[in-house]
Amino acid sequence: MRHNGSYSASPRIGLLEWLPWAIGVAAFFLMPEYLSLGARILIFILYALSLDLVVGYAGIVTLGHSAFFGLGAYAAGILSARFGVADPALQLLVAMTACALMGLATGAVILRTRGLTLLMLTLAIASILLEVANKATSITGGADGLSGIVVAPILGLFRFDLFGKTAYWLCLAVLFVGWWVTRRLIYSPFGASLVGIRENHVRMVAIGSPVPRRLLTAYTISAVLAGVAGALLTQTNQFVGLNVLSFESSGELLVMLILGGVGRIYGAFIGPVVYMIAQDMLAKQFPEYWSLGIGLLLVIIVLFARDGILGIIDRLVALTRKEAR
Amino acid sequence: MQEFLASLVSVAFHGVAYGMILYVISVGLSVTMGLMGFANLAHGVFAMAGGYILTTSLDHWGLPFPAALAVAFVLVAAGSVVLERLLYARLYAAGELAQVLFTIGLIFMATAIARLIYGTLQQPVHLPEGMKGQFDLLGRDFPAYRVFIILFGAALVAGLWFGVERTRFGAMVRAAVDNRAMAQSIGIDTQKLFMATFALGSGLAGLGGALGAEIIAIQPSYPFEHLVYFLIVVAVGGLGTLRGPFVAALVIGIADTACKYWVPQFGAFLIYVATILLLLWRPAGLFGRTA
Repeated sequence: MRHNGSYSASPRIGLLEWLPWAIGVAAFFLMPEYLSLGARILIFILYALSLDLVVGYAGIVTLGHSAFFGLGAYAAGILSARFGVADPALQLLVAMTACALMGLATGAVILRTRGLTLLMLTLAIASILLEVANKATSITGGADGLSGIVVAPILGLFRFDLFGKTAYWLCLAVLFVGWWVTRRLIYSPFGASLVGIRENHVRMVAIGSPVPRRLLTAYTISAVLAGVAGALLTQTNQFVGLNVLSFESSGELLVMLILGGVGRIYGAFIGPVVYMIAQDMLAKQFPEYWSLGIGLLLVIIVLFARDGILGIIDRLVALTRKEAR
Repeated sequence: MQEFLASLVSVAFHGVAYGMILYVISVGLSVTMGLMGFANLAHGVFAMAGGYILTTSLDHWGLPFPAALAVAFVLVAAGSVVLERLLYARLYAAGELAQVLFTIGLIFMATAIARLIYGTLQQPVHLPEGMKGQFDLLGRDFPAYRVFIILFGAALVAGLWFGVERTRFGAMVRAAVDNRAMAQSIGIDTQKLFMATFALGSGLAGLGGALGAEIIAIQPSYPFEHLVYFLIVVAVGGLGTLRGPFVAALVIGIADTACKYWVPQFGAFLIYVATILLLLWRPAGLFGRTA
C-alpha cells in the first residue's frame, strides 16, 4: 500500500490541510439543520483516525477496535448515570484513562501474536466486552441501553442544547486536538518506525528498533483516541446502546477507513464523511440495498482501488499532470 | 445427584451434537487457511447458504431430506468455485487487511441478499417424520435428530480422515500445507489443488449449515453472529489439520452448552476468556502445523 506523509515529508501544516477545518466551521453556519449528523461524522472521523493509526500506520489488523470505542462510551455513560458525575471534561478524562489501561493491558498480551491469532484475539476481546455489557444489566442497562445520562454545561458556560450546537463545537474541538496529536505522531521518528514495522517487521527488529514497545505505544494511544470518540458519542446522544461494541461497528469503521484511504491521515476524514452522508440519505429507505451496496463497494475497492478515494484522486492528479506536460 | 447426572448426560449429548455441526462447518476453513493463508471471514456465508438451500429444497422443491442435504453440499461447493476463481484468487498475494476487508464485503452482500429473498425471520426447518421423535437409549430419551447429527458427523470425520491420510489427494494436500513451494516444485498443481480443497471445504460448510439449521438458526445475520465461533474453532484447533478443529469443536460445543446450561448469566464470556488464554499459551493453536 502506498504511503503518504512519512518522516521525510515536510511536517509543516500545508494550506490544504486547513480545508477540513474551514469546512467544519462553515458547515455549522450553512447547515444548522444537520448538526446532529455533523457531530456524528466528526466523532467517527476521530474514531477512524484512531483505527488508521494502528491499521494504516502500525499495520496491526484488528477486528475489535469497537472494544475501545464502546469502553469509552460506557465509561462516560456509567460515570454519569450511576455515579452522578455530570462534568463533561471529567467524563472524557475517565473514558481516556479506562481505555489507556485497557489498551495497555490487552495490547501487552495480544500484540505478541500475529496473523489469524491476532485477528482472533482482538475479536475475542471485543466480544467479551459486548458480553459483559449485555449481561451486567444493573450497571450498563444491557440490551435496553444506558439512559439517564446527564452532561453538565462545558466549563459551566456552554449548555448542551436541543439542536446539538454545543455538541458540534465540542466534537470539532476535540477532533482538532486528536488530529493534531495524531499528525505529530505520524510525522515524528516514532511514526516513521511504525511504518517501518508495518513494512518489514523482521528488519525493524534486526536494526534494533524496540518493536513490541512501539506497537504497544501506538495501540494504547489509538485506544485512548477511540475511547474519546466513544465518550463524545455518549455526551452527544446522552444514551449508550450495545451496538457501540458490536462486530458490525468495527466492520463498518473499517469500511469507512478503506473508503477514504488507509495509511493516510485524511483518508480517515474523507471516508466517514462520504459513508455517513450516503448512509443518512439511503440506509433508511433501502436498508437491504444499502448493505448490498456497501458490500459490493468494499469488494470493488479491495480489488481495484485499494488506496481509497484519496488514492483515486492522487492518481487522477498524476494523470492530468502527465498530460499537461 | 441423580438429577445432576441426568443434566450432565444431557449437556454432553447436546454439546457433542453442537460440536459436530461446528466441526463440519469449520473444518474447511481450517484447511484452506492452512493451505493458502487466506483469512476468509466469509466462511459462514457458505454455511448460511447451505441452510437456506436446505429449507428451500424441502419446502418449495419438495425434495426428501437426504437429497436436500446433498443439494446443499453440491450447490454451495459449485458456487464457491465460481467465487474462488473470480474473486478470491486475485487476493492470494494481497495482505491480510485486503483479505479481511474483501471477505467482510462478501458478508455484507450475502446478508443483504438473504434479507431480500427470505426476509429477516429465521427459517423453520421441517424435519422428516422419522427424525422428529425421541430415541430411547438405556432408559433415557434423546432427540432422534441430534442422534442422527452425531452419527452422521462421526461418519464424515472418518471419511475425511481417510481421504486426507490415506489417499493420493490427501497426501498432496498435506504436502502443500507443509511446504507449498516444495510441493509445487515436485509437480503438484497447487492452484488446482486449492480450488478442489476450497470447493470441498465450502461444500462441507454448506452441508454443516444445512445439517445444523435446526440448532443454529438460519437468518440473515448468521455469518456475522457465528463468525466468532467458527474462527475460535479454527484458531484453537490450529491451521491445516483435521484433528485440531475436531477436538476444538467438540470442546467448544460441550463447553458452550455447559456454560449456557449452568451459568447462563455469563453467556459466552467464559468461552472467550478460555480462548484468549489458550491462544496466549499456544499462538498456533492446539495442533497447528504452521504458526
